[in-house]
Amino acid sequence: MRLYFEKRKTSSKIVLICVPIISLVISLILTGFLLLVFGVNPLATFSAMFNGAFGSSQNFAETLVKAVPLMLTGLGVSIAFRLRFWNIGAEGQLVLGGVAATWVALFASPYIPAFLLLPSVLLAGALAGAAWAGVPALLKTRLQVDETLTTLMLNYVAILIAEGLFYGAWRDPGGMGFPGTARFPQAAWLPRIYGRVHYGLVFALILAVVLWFFIYHTKWGFELHMIGKNRTAANYLGVNIKRTILVSILISGAFSGLAGASEVAGLARRLQEGLIQGYGYTAIIVAWMAQLNPFASIAAAILMAALLVGGDQVQMMMRLPSAVGLVMQGMILFPLLAGSLFSEYRLRISRTRGEETP
Amino acid sequence: MMLLVQSIIAITIRAGTSLVYATIGEIYTERTGVLNLGLEGMMLMGAVTAFAVAYHTGSLVLSLLVAMSMGLVLSAIHAFLCITMRANQVVSGLSITLFGTGMASFLGQRLGPAENSFYLVGLTSVRFNRIAVPFLSDIPILGALFNQDIMTYGMYILIPLAWFYMFKTKHGLNLRSVGESPHTADAMGISVTKTRYLFTIVGGMFVSLGGAHLSLSYTPGWTENITGGRGWIVIALVIFSMWNPARAIYGALLFGGINAIQFRLQIAGAAIPAPVLNMFPYLATIAVLVLVTWLESKGKKRLGAPAALAVSYMREDK
Amino acid sequence: MEDTMALQNDLTPVVEMKGITKHFPGVTANNQVTLKLYPGEVLALLGENGAGKSSLMNVLVGLYRQDEGEILVRGTPAEIHSPKDAVQLGLGMVHQNFKLVETMTVAENVVLGLKHLDFIPSFSEICRRINTISRQYNLQVDPRAYIWQLGVGEQQRVEILKLIYRGADILILDEPTAVLTPQESGELSRIIAQMIDEGKSAIFITHKMEEIKRFSQRVQVLRKGETAAVLETSKTTPSELARLMVGREVLFRLEKKICCPGEPVLEVKNLCASNEAGRPSLQDLSFIIRAGEILGIAGVAGNGQRKLTEVITGLDRADSGKVVIQGKDMTNRTPLDLIQSGVSHIPPDRISMGIVGDMSVASNLVMKEYRSEPVVKRGIFNYKEVAKSAKEKIDAYNISTPSQNTEAKFLSGGNIQKIILAREIGACRGLLIASYPSRGLDVGAMEAVRLQLIDQRNIGNAVLLVSEDLEELITVADRIAVIYEGRIMGEVPAEKADIKIIGHMMAGASLKGAAQAAAEAELGEDGI
Repeated sequence: MRLYFEKRKTSSKIVLICVPIISLVISLILTGFLLLVFGVNPLATFSAMFNGAFGSSQNFAETLVKAVPLMLTGLGVSIAFRLRFWNIGAEGQLVLGGVAATWVALFASPYIPAFLLLPSVLLAGALAGAAWAGVPALLKTRLQVDETLTTLMLNYVAILIAEGLFYGAWRDPGGMGFPGTARFPQAAWLPRIYGRVHYGLVFALILAVVLWFFIYHTKWGFELHMIGKNRTAANYLGVNIKRTILVSILISGAFSGLAGASEVAGLARRLQEGLIQGYGYTAIIVAWMAQLNPFASIAAAILMAALLVGGDQVQMMMRLPSAVGLVMQGMILFPLLAGSLFSEYRLRISRTRGEETP
Repeated sequence: MMLLVQSIIAITIRAGTSLVYATIGEIYTERTGVLNLGLEGMMLMGAVTAFAVAYHTGSLVLSLLVAMSMGLVLSAIHAFLCITMRANQVVSGLSITLFGTGMASFLGQRLGPAENSFYLVGLTSVRFNRIAVPFLSDIPILGALFNQDIMTYGMYILIPLAWFYMFKTKHGLNLRSVGESPHTADAMGISVTKTRYLFTIVGGMFVSLGGAHLSLSYTPGWTENITGGRGWIVIALVIFSMWNPARAIYGALLFGGINAIQFRLQIAGAAIPAPVLNMFPYLATIAVLVLVTWLESKGKKRLGAPAALAVSYMREDK
Repeated sequence: MEDTMALQNDLTPVVEMKGITKHFPGVTANNQVTLKLYPGEVLALLGENGAGKSSLMNVLVGLYRQDEGEILVRGTPAEIHSPKDAVQLGLGMVHQNFKLVETMTVAENVVLGLKHLDFIPSFSEICRRINTISRQYNLQVDPRAYIWQLGVGEQQRVEILKLIYRGADILILDEPTAVLTPQESGELSRIIAQMIDEGKSAIFITHKMEEIKRFSQRVQVLRKGETAAVLETSKTTPSELARLMVGREVLFRLEKKICCPGEPVLEVKNLCASNEAGRPSLQDLSFIIRAGEILGIAGVAGNGQRKLTEVITGLDRADSGKVVIQGKDMTNRTPLDLIQSGVSHIPPDRISMGIVGDMSVASNLVMKEYRSEPVVKRGIFNYKEVAKSAKEKIDAYNISTPSQNTEAKFLSGGNIQKIILAREIGACRGLLIASYPSRGLDVGAMEAVRLQLIDQRNIGNAVLLVSEDLEELITVADRIAVIYEGRIMGEVPAEKADIKIIGHMMAGASLKGAAQAAAEAELGEDGI
């Protein structure tokens, strides 16, 4: 008897729905087991986490606060991934977006009329994100330099630039030793909707709809599919691959840059360490979990944010490490990753003699 | 002046040790065609468990064994997902980092003694001490190389050994062929699956050994985020060394050296801001990558990444 | 003594495959195939593309696993689960796509994966042994050279060297001549003969009939995954084999109106291009195709055909020379420019280039129309129009698919080719380029494709047909030009084409020289 994978004749839709549900269950079981080992009641922990993330409007608002940057970066990353351009530089694009937004808010504000200040701040963030993504995109399209590695390296450069500024040149002298820039002028603040939830949420939702429309209903989206699924064919069919990749990656980076700008303008209203949270990495997981679908990306972002917020709540209420949230994120992903195979392949058992060398 | 240089060398080597272990581990993994971005998680898990074991048992050998077994488990998960289940290697690696980071932080608040409310932070344990090699350590300047801890001495042996195994033995030949052309390796009777599993796991064990060096020697004790992004630096180092274990030392010296120089500059109150200095290795890595790609496109020798890096293999896929 | 040996050998084949069946999703590659190989013989395995030759051999060397059937090697049942097992049984295969690691040296490739290799292999010793074998078989290769530095012919020598070095005594060669020049393939037949003399045996996969006589003692014909016949080479004729291979007489004539060429549509003038390694792949190549005529390009694969079609369609660049289409200079323009000037292209690799397998049949059908109304209006897709256009094409070209929304990769090769035809012919405004359009198709689909090409010519388009099938060229084309090492050796009208003359030109003779050689051969009775 041997087990082997066989390619499916048609893609399976049922698998696409079942795998995430099963993954969530497996993650709960595994994390529950881990908690038991450390003498903690898993059910109480899970319900505390759930309450922490969704239990009250205050708590849910906090979940949304964390979800917004994940939504925007997740959508941005999904554009790049559709082209099989492995942009893992969303983190750097987000951080640099925050830096550019801060520059406009703090140093260019005297020259910009008040009503234009906020739009300029957001635009600057988006442009900086685009530019930061544009470098690896140019290296890729001009010289075929592997983008996975260049985008990753640029994350560190962006983070170091930001740190250099808020620890150094831009540090608020009145900050009482606290590393961070001065507070933005009020005209540069991104208004809040409820609690700490700012208008970045609205941008994310609108952009998800716009992106969905562009991907599934326009010429650009059609070419994106062609390039992503078969680059040779796209080239043969006359698609300008280099230009499409460049433009799409600039847009991808702009989403992340906007995320950074709306974080600094909507939450802290200054540039500080809190911007650098690894959202850009989680965004990759969000985009992948959502199978690059814009609406699913919104949902996946909320789930990942809920685990983080839930983890924080568990720490406060049950004196458990908040890292439980991270652990659960990982534990959901493992079965999800394993399950992705089943949409393309099925497991077959054959009863032929002999054992199989894999 | 001589003392200054000597101390810079000493710090460079010490800072570089964990990087070299992890870099060599990742080089082996990537040479078989598996990209593991889970390094940060594996190093953290290595660091936290090594310290916890050292604290509770006082045995450094046991600490290293436990740290290595953490690397083994995490990289085995990665191997299973990427090789058997053919999952996306980037996403899988990031998941390992996510999980490892979370788990290390969790354990850091659970494995401590009850009187420290189970926290490991702020404790001290046995650690690797520096051992001066008689005579050699008295040589001016280079003596700094021979006043290190035992893991650093291990590194001196590991580098040539890892290079020799990869380029001069038949197993090295086989593993390189798996990363370059799995179809060829398979047709030549080499098991692609076994080779990839083996070296992903062995590589992972070295990576978490690098993590253990941090908590047992370089910055003894456990603090959250003790690695400070070293797991990601290693990805850069692998590129910088062009997938050659012998060159792992250059990158480690570059990153370690910048740490050391920075430390010195700070004391001297120099004007070069630290971030600018810190950026240099990343920019250098990008430059190396661009240069290598450009040289390859000129039709000269193939130098860069293993051709089948991050590509899964299935024999009957047509 | 030798006679009795031969007799015994007759009784126990070195390889016996019994009732082998191998399924792939949607395709049965082999159905109950039985094969016997006797010691000291060359068995030719003949069949069209897709007849199941390669998959049967991949089962034998452990790359694929049969669903049914068993394999005996030297009379004992063999469990061949992986190539490792095959190597140990003395089976060695030269694959169509060479199994070589480009970044390693010849010597490293030769010993790769060897079980008894020393822990620290001594490469000076290995190189010495390789040189010995090189001399013995006159296989010139520098063992210290890297594979990427070698040409295709040299790489094949490395493959053969590798088999000899490993002591393989059952050799499997999968279409080894496809990439070789005539001289190199002559060299190959000499090497094989030498190995047979030493008692080795070989299976020689081919779909070219002329090679059967040159290489083999017996021939097994496969058709659609089943054995059509097993014959002694000396007792059969090419036409019998051809009939067995395709299941009927191939010498059919398609009804064709007389060609009446109009204005020149494609003018290729002094075209030169080079390959990645910087060696010339097109050399001063010129021809003209007029409206309403089909120019066939004949030649052994790898003589610049691909470069030619890719330069014309903008997928590759010319170093010098001109491509003029309908009076306009279109040299080195983008693929889009060429598409918009009315050029359609049926590419040689239908799955890797012709379609986007992960997208729907409907999407694939509109991949040329989507730039214009009514399918796309102001950049926005009109899915009703997409469905309408797709339905029309599915009906007109008789594409059999479960639905428009099925992903194209799930269709059969013939239906995939029909999608490409429907899309390309639908968009054709003047010039149609077809590369190996009927390769690997069944006879019905093949005939449909050929009729479509003739149709295009009849309505006044110019057609460039690249094929390695002379039969196809003679029946479909109006004129045939022969390409050899990137040059046109000569051009003949199809109705007066003599396969022998074309054959000589394909091997590098000029038109005059080829005619002479053919005439001499006529006298000397098949002097090749």
